[in-house]
Amino acid sequence: MNADSGSVLDVDGVTVRFGGLTALDGVSFGVAPRQVLGLIGPNGAGKTTLLNVLCGFIRPNEGRVRFAGRELTRLPPHRLAGLGVARTLQGVGLFAGLTAVENVMVGANCRASAGFWPALAGLPRSGRDERRLRAEALEALRQTGAAAAADRKPGELPYGVRKRVALARALAARPRLLLLDEPASGLADDELAGLADLVTQIAAQAALVVVEHHMDWMMSVCDSLVVLDFGKVIASGSPKDVQADPAVTAAYLGADGEAAETGTGDGAAQNATGERAAVNGAGDGARDNDE
Amino acid sequence: MLEFLQFTLSGISFGAVYAAVALSLVLIWRGTRILNFAQGAMAMFTTYIALEVIRGTGSYWAGFAVALAAGLVFGALAEVTVIRPVEGKPPLNAVIVTIGLLVLVEGLAGIIYGGQYRSFPAAFTVTGLRAGRSPLGISWFDVFTVLAVLAAAAALAAGFRYTTAGLRLRATAFDARIARLLGVRVGRVLTLGWALAGLLGALAGLLISPSTFLYPNSMDSIFVFGFTAAVIGGLDSPAGAVAGGLILGVLLSYAGGYLGSELTPLAGLVILALVLTFRPDGLFAGVRLRRV
Repeated sequence: MNADSGSVLDVDGVTVRFGGLTALDGVSFGVAPRQVLGLIGPNGAGKTTLLNVLCGFIRPNEGRVRFAGRELTRLPPHRLAGLGVARTLQGVGLFAGLTAVENVMVGANCRASAGFWPALAGLPRSGRDERRLRAEALEALRQTGAAAAADRKPGELPYGVRKRVALARALAARPRLLLLDEPASGLADDELAGLADLVTQIAAQAALVVVEHHMDWMMSVCDSLVVLDFGKVIASGSPKDVQADPAVTAAYLGADGEAAETGTGDGAAQNATGERAAVNGAGDGARDNDE
Repeated sequence: MLEFLQFTLSGISFGAVYAAVALSLVLIWRGTRILNFAQGAMAMFTTYIALEVIRGTGSYWAGFAVALAAGLVFGALAEVTVIRPVEGKPPLNAVIVTIGLLVLVEGLAGIIYGGQYRSFPAAFTVTGLRAGRSPLGISWFDVFTVLAVLAAAAALAAGFRYTTAGLRLRATAFDARIARLLGVRVGRVLTLGWALAGLLGALAGLLISPSTFLYPNSMDSIFVFGFTAAVIGGLDSPAGAVAGGLILGVLLSYAGGYLGSELTPLAGLVILALVLTFRPDGLFAGVRLRRV
């Protein structure tokens, strides 16, 4: 699935090496506007590394990332925010000493006008900006259903609410590309449906790239999936196709597993169950490697 | 009893100056995790500039304003030129750079203005105030000192709380990497923090120099006391810095008044050692949220 003209995001041959370890190896795919693309793969496959490349934290050794026709790979992270790329972090990553609404306001700040000298010379203007940002932040919090938590600090909030605040912070930037790193992890079952609705709602205005281990949820939310294993794309396509792909099963269960064979015959359902178990196992391990 | 009141009031006046220095150190510490050893020296230099302007124009307030502006500019310049390269490097690099800056600025002051003690004017009369017939041990200038520092601290707190620049400063202090991800231009935020710190330092220099005289090392002991005040307040808390300054000022005033003024510096070091030993996170550190 190479870069094509219909994509808002083109990832082309991205390779990242950490010393001797190749974390990403010639990864290419494209994301269309208003598409939800899921990124899956076993623990350590390079999913978070890929998100780090997309948001500018890591510069790839080779390859290019183009967003809306502009090359992102050479820009510093703060410029990407201005161009409309936002992301959430694995875990939560909120500012501990700021209230929820202030956290979200920082997310909206890339569109605030007051810079260094205006901030010094024109404090009133900076104050007006502050009120506008606050209104926008409250709106974003309402959208994710966390408005009641606006004046609380992250440490006082339950995990699920903190995730909603983090999502609101990313949304407040009005992104055209939203990168979600494990948005469903740690959420209760009844919260997952709400999150899926929210993702669909966001997809009306933006393209999304989602990394998540919760396979059922990904199948229901994503328009297409890209499967990474040891830094390489081993499969991509619609959730159905990917689910049926023997290479995917092999990656999750081990290359020499018999599950790869049984996947073709009578055992399609059985295959799916086996995969889910393995995926959940990988999800538990992933909680250790926080940002 | 009157003596106690006098020591307390003059302690608050000196403490306000330590609070201003402490606040400037905390501003820099929160943004960059650097302790600026040159903070006092920079304040000494801006006070010399004030003295020149006062002599040239005859107006105290012209000198006052120019010194504050110079503090702002020096702070920003220091961050952009010598601090930027050591940000995010091992802490020792920044220690050496700011100590180097201290030596440079004090050396420059010696070359330009000479080493002799100069008297520096006060904004208001320094004759002692009286309640009825009893002297209070403070003057109108001391009242001005306390009010000026409290006003600066309040303005800073309001700026932090009610402006987008303040929001960016706070966000960067908590996590620069995430702030950058959200589109905050962290470099500019740090420059702003250093500029504001330079302004507070300049204010401290203007307020203390009428009582200490002005010479190239005149702010050294004020810097040490300001640092002690910042440590008492926990280094991370602007409110703690102000409280720490006032507490230290009063304690040192008691030490100087009851035990002898030659013991004041020693008392300062004893307090610093005690706080670092028993409450290294500051007197006001409560239950901290665990960092994850």
